[in-house]
Amino acid sequence: MPTMTMIEAIRDAHAIMMARDPTVVVFGQDVGYFGGVFRCTKGLQQAFGRNRCFDAPISETGIVGAAVGMAAYGLRPCVEIQFADYMYPAYDQIVSEAARLRYRSAGDFTAPLVIRMPTGGGIYGGQTHSQSPEALFTHVCGLKTIVPSTPYDAKGLLIAAIEDDDPVIFLEPKRLYNGPFDGHHDRPIVPWSQHDASEVPEGHYRLPIGHAAVRREGRALTVLAYGTMVHVATAAAREHNIDAEIIDLRTLVPLDLETITASVAKTGCCLVVHEATRTSGFGAELAALVQEHCFFHLETPVLRVTGWDTPYPHAQEWDYFPGPDRVAKAMTRLLETPR
Amino acid sequence: MSETRPLALHVPEPEARPDRAPALACFVAPPAGTVPRPAIDCRAEDIRPLAYDLIRVLDDEGDAVGPWAGSWTDDALRTGLRHMMTVAAYDQRLQLAQRQGKTSFYMQARGEEAIATAVQRAVRPDDMHFPTYRQQGLLIAAGYSLVDMICQNLSNSRDPLKGRQLPVMYSARAHGFFSVSGNLGTQFVQAVGWAMASAIMGDTRIAIAWIGDGSTAESDFHAAMVFASTYRAPVILNIVNNQWAISTFQGMARGDAATFAARGHGFGIPALRVDGNDYLAVHAVTAWAAERARRNLGPTLIEHVTYRAAAHSTSDDPAAYRARDEASQWPLGDPIVRLKQHLIRKGWWSEDRHVQAAAEIEAEVLAAQKEAESYGTLRTGPRALGRDLFADVYKDMPQHLLRQRQEAGL
Repeated sequence: MPTMTMIEAIRDAHAIMMARDPTVVVFGQDVGYFGGVFRCTKGLQQAFGRNRCFDAPISETGIVGAAVGMAAYGLRPCVEIQFADYMYPAYDQIVSEAARLRYRSAGDFTAPLVIRMPTGGGIYGGQTHSQSPEALFTHVCGLKTIVPSTPYDAKGLLIAAIEDDDPVIFLEPKRLYNGPFDGHHDRPIVPWSQHDASEVPEGHYRLPIGHAAVRREGRALTVLAYGTMVHVATAAAREHNIDAEIIDLRTLVPLDLETITASVAKTGCCLVVHEATRTSGFGAELAALVQEHCFFHLETPVLRVTGWDTPYPHAQEWDYFPGPDRVAKAMTRLLETPR
Repeated sequence: MSETRPLALHVPEPEARPDRAPALACFVAPPAGTVPRPAIDCRAEDIRPLAYDLIRVLDDEGDAVGPWAGSWTDDALRTGLRHMMTVAAYDQRLQLAQRQGKTSFYMQARGEEAIATAVQRAVRPDDMHFPTYRQQGLLIAAGYSLVDMICQNLSNSRDPLKGRQLPVMYSARAHGFFSVSGNLGTQFVQAVGWAMASAIMGDTRIAIAWIGDGSTAESDFHAAMVFASTYRAPVILNIVNNQWAISTFQGMARGDAATFAARGHGFGIPALRVDGNDYLAVHAVTAWAAERARRNLGPTLIEHVTYRAAAHSTSDDPAAYRARDEASQWPLGDPIVRLKQHLIRKGWWSEDRHVQAAAEIEAEVLAAQKEAESYGTLRTGPRALGRDLFADVYKDMPQHLLRQRQEAGL
């Protein structure tokens, strides 16, 4: 089986869907001739023509607004917002239009579109190339929100997203594009080819939206994570020899509550990890759900390890990033909580 | 050395407010029939003056004059008049129904009836409109069921939108009418996207975008213009300039420097300005733009100059912010009266027939209202189902919504 980086897996998902379905169109800033600043759409224009993959003006409002109109026509647009940090001008089109079109028209019109955007920090991108705005999407009814953590998942979930009949936000952790980054920024980069999940089948396959994956089984505590933090939490557990069960949510909405509750019922202890800022972050929703559904199994408080409630800084990037040491410290604190 | 004085901010104000007589003198209606009709394949820069002129066909006597007059059958013109009269009668009934508490809200199109009804007749039934909340004339001229329209307004058990949308926010895909949004301007760029899709698929259908003068200040307008121009999208871009955005006069969205149509110039989009109270002129200009779009010549921007004769909505009282008689003194007149005058002058209509037609239309609207009310109103009788609150958020209801629906007992 070939190994792929996450970039190659995403590109492959595009190519497969464009070949299978003439209604799939791909556009965004720099995605046409050049193939995107992260190269996720490289070669698509050459393979499928300028009518199927093209550059867009620098207008996120226009990219998403036009995609909503195309979807209403009957196409399946898959558009790229160059950085998640740039999506705010499109927020009205996402929240008031794409997300609500099916509901407000009672199914007369729908918006089957995918909005891809690189998310997260760790590339010295400063406050405008590092944000993790997933909670701004999970708060919106009508959207599905996906955050893959491996090339295998990225391909299978992107194909599922393009085939889905509802609008999907597809957040790509940019620090995972080229390798399974575990938060040790001072160590050499590990390429995807050394990771099992870089084995990506050729051709079409689909992963179900709304299913979490148990990445590491354990009995001492449950870690709920997604995207880059799955690898960070795994490194923390391994390095500190902690018997943690690590759950990769993969989809935030709809959420796989069953996998979460089954794990917390087993461990009685839950740590939520995300890179986004803490207050009103998706971790707050996870903590609330865990206490609602698992209260009598819990032996410790639910803790969160997150980005600080500050803008994403440039020089202090690694003070901001919730790396393996912070995650391990929280794990230890939970395990040392008197029961 | 230049003199330096403190800077002063310019905040535009309309000529008249309620304490003053209408001051519409600043708006001069030019004579009908004087603006040339350019070749279909003209370039934007060839017709720059048309963004400042005003294309008019009906003159003060009711004659159709000039190169945009076209040729009409008596049937087609009477149909146009009937559509406008139906919009006016429908608005009156629904306005009253709101005052009677049968629904929460309503928005009339009084004074603007010619625009939507004429545009609808100048394009094809399978083209797609992306309307605002004041284009009920599109549905009426497309032959959409009055009963269904009223049921939508009453949010009753037969509301096609299952009670979820504000009154007047219709959706009727089969009649080429995109779901109306309350977030202003969003549909303008969506229409361009729909048109791009039609071009990508090698279709022959075009899109028609609609926006009000005030909402052209939204970024969606700018995005739509860029996309329409860049991809030469087969779309007609309509700006309905009815002078007022609730209490904000049109000068607040553009200043005094240019017309709304002139915004097309910066994008290389051919731009026309038309008398929006002239059914024939609106139809002719739209047919011209539609042919351009269908011939793959790209977008056309049209500013329809009109006047919002009624309140913005049932929640609004224009007496609080504009001069009392401004509507009646509007220099472009009443679109229904003007077409009626033209038909009479042609010998195709009479005052008696007009009175008779008005009575017939009123009876038709009333019958539709009665039937609609038999399916309930917002406050009495059968209503939209509470259970429908949870459907259609997604195609398939996810677990968390199933749980919430159970929690709600629906």
